[in-house]
Amino acid sequence: MSTADPLVNALTAGVLAGEIPAIARSISLVERGDDRVRALLSTLHPSAGRAHVIGVTGPAGSGKSTLVAALTTALRDVGRSVGIIAVDPSSSYTGGALLGDRIRMLRHSGDSAVFMRSMATRGAIGGLARAALDGVTILDAAGKDTIILETVGVGQSEVDVMSVAQSVAVVSVPDLGDSVQALKAGLLEIADVHVVNKSDREGADRTVKDLLEMLRLHHRAAGQWNVPILKTVATDGTGVDVFRDALDQHRAWMQANGELKRRDRRLSVARVKWAFADLAERRLRAVPEAEFEAVIDRVLARKIDPYTAAREFQVAHSV
Amino acid sequence: MPRRIILAKPGLDGHDRGAKIVARALRDAGHEVIYTGLRQTPESIVATAIQEDADAIGLSVLSGAHLSLFARVLSLLSEQKAVDIVIFGGGIIPNDDVDRLREIGVAKIFTPGTSTQEIVNWVEGNVGCRVIDDDKRFRERNSVNC
Repeated sequence: MSTADPLVNALTAGVLAGEIPAIARSISLVERGDDRVRALLSTLHPSAGRAHVIGVTGPAGSGKSTLVAALTTALRDVGRSVGIIAVDPSSSYTGGALLGDRIRMLRHSGDSAVFMRSMATRGAIGGLARAALDGVTILDAAGKDTIILETVGVGQSEVDVMSVAQSVAVVSVPDLGDSVQALKAGLLEIADVHVVNKSDREGADRTVKDLLEMLRLHHRAAGQWNVPILKTVATDGTGVDVFRDALDQHRAWMQANGELKRRDRRLSVARVKWAFADLAERRLRAVPEAEFEAVIDRVLARKIDPYTAAREFQVAHSV
Repeated sequence: MPRRIILAKPGLDGHDRGAKIVARALRDAGHEVIYTGLRQTPESIVATAIQEDADAIGLSVLSGAHLSLFARVLSLLSEQKAVDIVIFGGGIIPNDDVDRLREIGVAKIFTPGTSTQEIVNWVEGNVGCRVIDDDKRFRERNSVNC
């Protein structure tokens, strides 16, 4: 499928051939939210859908990046190509970001079968989900067998990028305060695999026990996936092969049970909703500033309420 | 638009306080900084810059090996057809070498005593963002503000 746009065609050809510069530039394009994004993604969409998309989340300090690097090694050991998108928060104050996950991945830098991209959230939570997911589409179309999405989880399933991974690993660490309580309820529920990292530290077994207790409280019906609680030491690779195997087992289980189809369907619903919200937001941004400010003045003066204001824009600008 | 900047320490130089200060200053000015850490090879720095689609690479070298390290990075960028990535740097670099580095394509060297504000101002005035008009120009960067 080709479009009239030579840039989109060139990038599409490059991505499908797995070329690193084309992948990198395509991801930049989706981050910029350029109009061409839609044309690019629509030509790549049919070629995506093959990869195992894994979400890795957990609090800061849990060693996620080191664990993702170790998991990448374990995946490479069995011949899988890997794409990684590591998300770090942008400062809401300055807009900048220190993207610090790459520093753990450097042993893979000479391996052309591993592609990693650091992404900043750049403000809007919805915006993050779109850029990261579009990045997943690109890496998938480029032929990566496994794609890892790494974020600091907030557990709000609506907007949380973790809700759209096929397999979700939640990482915790002993002695991070009351570490299991620190896991927000949402994170606990979405985990397909629990990983207690830095498990050579004291308190690791207690953390495992606490997780077991909390999982028992969340009753799972028979025939459901039995969530394993694994212990790893990411810095030396201990337990990481088992982690990789558990993710493979989860995928096989989902395929056998129709669960993969359910999750992919849920993902498609989320993406269409976000695409729709994106369209509406763009139309709103196109409203002339003077007109927008005039409406805000009326809201401030209590002449109209925000919903009426939104409706006025919708009617006037077919948002 | 935030610039995406790789900060790297190539070679066998273990002093990273300067690089970390620059990283924070750039972040505080609204940019996205990928700090790759100590003891990087030029090969790994360039591979990172291409995957991250970086606008610039800042190299910090206090070991004295700056001439060969900068030259190697520039040569790799040329091989990978990524010459639009701006190279700058800092460290312990004598003035004569600063001139030689400028001659081989390093855009700017910041010597000890430079303020972080000076570095931020220079980056914002000299490191552009990728132009997204067409495929050919997509390889270029707009040299003025984004």
